[in-house]
Parts: sequence; structure tokens; C-alpha cells
Amino acid sequence: MRSLQTFFAAIVAATLLCGQAWAQDSGRTRIDVDEGHLNPMPIAVVDFIATAPPAAQVGRDVAQVIRANLERSSLFRSVAQAAFIERIQAMDVPPRFGDWRIIDAQALAVGQVTALPDGRVRIEFKLYDIFAEQFLTGFSYSTTPDNWRRIAHRISDQIYEQLTGERGYFDTRIVFVSESGPRTRRVKRLMIMDQDGANPFFLTSPDAMVLTPRFSPSTQLITYMSYETGAPRVFLYNLETNRREVLGDFPGMTFAPRFAPDGGGVVFTLDMNGNAEIFAMDLRSRQRRRLTNHPAIDTSPSYSPDGAQIVFNSDRGGSPQLYVMAADGSGQRRISFGDGRYSTPVWSPRGDLIAFTRQGGGRFAIGVMRPDGSGERILTESYLDEAPTWSPNGRVIMFFREGRGEGPRIWSVDLTGRNLRQLPTQTEASDPAWSPLLP
Amino acid sequence: MRNTLPMRNTLIVLAAVASVAACASRPEPTPTPATTPPAASERPQGPVPGSIEDFRVSVGDRIFFGYDQFALTTEARSVLERQAAWLRQYPGVRLLVAGNCDERGTREYNLALGARRAAAARDFLISLGVAGTRMETVSYGKERPLDPRANEEAWSVNRNSHSQIVSGAVS
Repeated sequence: MRSLQTFFAAIVAATLLCGQAWAQDSGRTRIDVDEGHLNPMPIAVVDFIATAPPAAQVGRDVAQVIRANLERSSLFRSVAQAAFIERIQAMDVPPRFGDWRIIDAQALAVGQVTALPDGRVRIEFKLYDIFAEQFLTGFSYSTTPDNWRRIAHRISDQIYEQLTGERGYFDTRIVFVSESGPRTRRVKRLMIMDQDGANPFFLTSPDAMVLTPRFSPSTQLITYMSYETGAPRVFLYNLETNRREVLGDFPGMTFAPRFAPDGGGVVFTLDMNGNAEIFAMDLRSRQRRRLTNHPAIDTSPSYSPDGAQIVFNSDRGGSPQLYVMAADGSGQRRISFGDGRYSTPVWSPRGDLIAFTRQGGGRFAIGVMRPDGSGERILTESYLDEAPTWSPNGRVIMFFREGRGEGPRIWSVDLTGRNLRQLPTQTEASDPAWSPLLP
Repeated sequence: MRNTLPMRNTLIVLAAVASVAACASRPEPTPTPATTPPAASERPQGPVPGSIEDFRVSVGDRIFFGYDQFALTTEARSVLERQAAWLRQYPGVRLLVAGNCDERGTREYNLALGARRAAAARDFLISLGVAGTRMETVSYGKERPLDPRANEEAWSVNRNSHSQIVSGAVS
């Protein structure tokens, strides 16, 4: 057993990257992501200890955000604090595993918040496997006090990764369209928030209607469609500089943008005189390339994560269906053959599935299929479910749902079709797009 | 931005009307041009000919489509024929032809479908002799419903192409 102190010899960001290497692989508690919701793992997350009152508040808040993240995943159940027997008072002393076993905790997360002389805080964390009586992982991170939420999300990701074997998705953001006003005069603005709904703020003014924002893999650029200049145009928005620009100068309207997986290009739809075709544009050279050439509607392109293929929506067969082509436009072939109308395809970040909206029988459903069109599975269905977006680990899908005559709200559902949840947003909200894990 | 346009156009139109009035005050008799707006007192009922209201009420500024359709119905063609005739009468008028869809489709597909509807209306107006340079097209997809309700009646109204006068009408 390694000395616990060695885990905290190194601090700050570098330790984050090394965290995974410390994981111990033998005989430890694991959650099956596909079945975990049936029997969520009981985990005890102790309020992070602190010596001074302000740090103590941060300690309680960090623990609360971690508990909320883990519970929302439905793979974990947070053991009630009232049941705790041992009171954790020091980080360098191993917990009394028996005290946690007896209250049925299978994992234990403890932490400490320390105010530093330079005004920052150091947040330390350790995760234990109670049944194996083993230290699993931990890190220490020094940051400004107002950054505690991100640390809480990173700790949540560490716990998720250690106990499921899959990457987490908590240190991420959602960009979406905030909606207000009557349906006939809707005001739609870009808004961004943390994955759990915290820290929301507007990116655009109420003057121009915006639609369909999407993150770049770099997490600092967003592409979206706006009526700002009159006709629909694809825009780029830089989150670091808060500057926005129109993408290219095109004779018709441009819409339905998505980034290439390397972030170096955008694929989108250009409509000229009622004929929608798919184009790709390189962001450095600004070279554009036409990928489809068909009188039917060709829209909603989405790259495979390796950048080699594009799934898109076309009604060339008589109704909207899903098609796949090579990234250069060659080899176009239909993949959706079920009942109904298929649209809004989005390739999973893992590459193994394509999420879509299916319309049929007066209802709209969110589903997934393999890239060859096999294995279609519907995850959720209502009066209107539309616009799926994947968590970066490909395990959760966010989308928006509208009731009949009601405004939209953002929801999430697990790839299993379970754990359907509404996200907290201050306004009605649509067109969510999930960021990659933040750097 | 768009909201300020009608006001600017109104000013242009007012100037045009003033110059027409100046011509009419000349002594030599001239045949009354069809475009001369009659005094409001002569036509207490109904919109002023050549006005946006005239176009909307007397001609019809919207045509309607079937579900997921962009083909022009017989009724749509006759409305567009009236629009073309009116536009020939008022050659200074410019249009924004906007395609709209009901909410029973997904957003991006509906943007493309609305563009098809606007293009279908525009192309037919061109075939009737209206210069393409007088028209621009836009698609609002399902973003601008006329009728906010969620039923068949509302959806049938929301599937339309709107010929919106952006300049050149009589005020």
C-alpha cells in the first residue's frame, strides 16, 4: 500500500492529469454503467473538512455539488449524512472502514479545504473503496475561492471514472437557446451554463433570433445560426473574446452548422433558391467545399468522431431520412429504414451510435442506431422531443421537450433509456449542445 | 433592425406621394394614371390602393401549403397571379418572400422546407413577369407561427409563404 502522503506531494493542475495513473485495478468496487441504475452504488461523501469558517462553507458546498452530480447520474446513491458514524477530522488518517461498511457505504469520498496565504484555497480529495479497504484515487488543487464549483465537478468526474471505468462528464457546459415571449413573437437568445444548470449567462442580445448552437471540440468556440443580419447566417462565437463573426459570404442562407472533430472546420447547410446542400469550410484557409448535389433537402450534417464520415438528413427518398457519406461527399447511402421521419442526426463521441429525432404517429422520439442503421432503439418519446446532444462520454443524451401548446425545456436521458430528468433553466429553453470535458 | 425599415419606407413613400400630388396640380389635363391614389374621402371603405393593406386584404399576401409540401395549390397559384398583377401595377414595390412551417417538423429540416416554399412562390411570381430583382427570400422555418395554437387548424395556417412588402407601397 502506497503512502497516502505521496498522493499530495504534488499539487495543482498537473496532478489532475496524473490522477488516473494512480488508480488501482485489482479487486475494486465497480459500477456497470448499463445496469448501475438498477442498484445505485451507495457512496458517502463527507462535507470537506476545514479549519476556518469561510473554507468550511466551501467544504460543505463542494460536497453538496459532488453528491448532486453523482445522484443525478443515477449510478450512485448518496448515503445520508445523519447515518455517518465516523467523523472525518484529518486527511492523513485512513478512515475506519468498518464504520462505513456498517452503514452500507461502498465508497467514501473525503476532502479538505485550506485557505492559502495568497488568497487562494487548496482543495484536497481522496476516494476509498470501503469493502477492499483501499485508497482509490485523490488529488489536490489550488484555485481561487470562486472556482470551487469546477473543482467539485472535477472531483465528481474522478469518482465516476474510478468507479465506472468510463470518463466522467460533470466538468462540462451546456450552450442552449433561452426562449421568452409569446409563440408568435418569440425572443431567442444564446445562453451558456454549467452542466448542472449553475452559472447561467446570456451570450447574445434579444434583438436577433438565434438557433442551434454547437460547441467546438476546443470548448472555446461556438457555432450557431442567427437572423442578426436579416437572412439566416452561420456565426462563430469566441467565448474567450466574446467576439462573433459571420462564417463566410454566401449567396443564400446558411444554417445547421457543426464543427469537425478537430475543430478546424465547420460543416453546414447552404440554401440557394430553395435547394439545401451541405458544404464544409476550413476555418484556416476559409476554403469551402460542396459535399452534396441533389435537388432534395440535404441538411443537419454531423461528423463521425474520427472525421472520416458525415451523417446527414435528406428527403431525397420522399421523406426525411438519415444518410451517411464519406467526409468528401462520396458514397452517400441511406441508413434509416424504420417507420416514420428521421432527422437531427448526431454522431456519438464514442463513434458507435447515431442519435436522432424520429417523428411518427403524431409524436416525436429521441433514439439511437448504429452507423449502419442497425440496432435502432427509442429512448424517450412525447408530443415533441427534438435535437439530441451527447455527453462527452457518450452515456447521456440531452434534448428539448415541448408539451402540446407549452414552451420547451431541456431534458436528459441515459443511453439506457432510463433516468429521464429536466434540467433547471430560468427560462424556457431549447437546442441544447453539450461541451466536451473542459480543459 | 427590421422594425425600423417600414418607418423609413413610409418616409420615402410620403415623399413619392407629395411629388405625385405636385404633378396633379399642374393645369394641363393628363389621363389619370392607374397608380394615382384616390382621395381618402372618395373611398371611405377599404384600403388605399397600392398600400400594404391593399395588398394584404384585396390581393392576399400569404399562400398556404399541405403538410411537408412545397408544391403550389390551385388556390396558391391564383393568389400569386393576383400578387403578380398587383406588382405590375405598382412597379416600385419590393418583396421579402418568407417561407414558414408548422411545428410538426424538426428545426433545421423546417428551415430548408421554408426556403423551398419561399422559392416556389418567388419562382412562380417570376414566371408571371415579376422581376426577380424585386424579391428576396428568407425562411423562418417553424420559428414564426401566425397562429400560436397547437392544432390542425393552426398548423395549416402556419404552413405558408408570406409576400411581405418591404418598400415602394403607397402609405
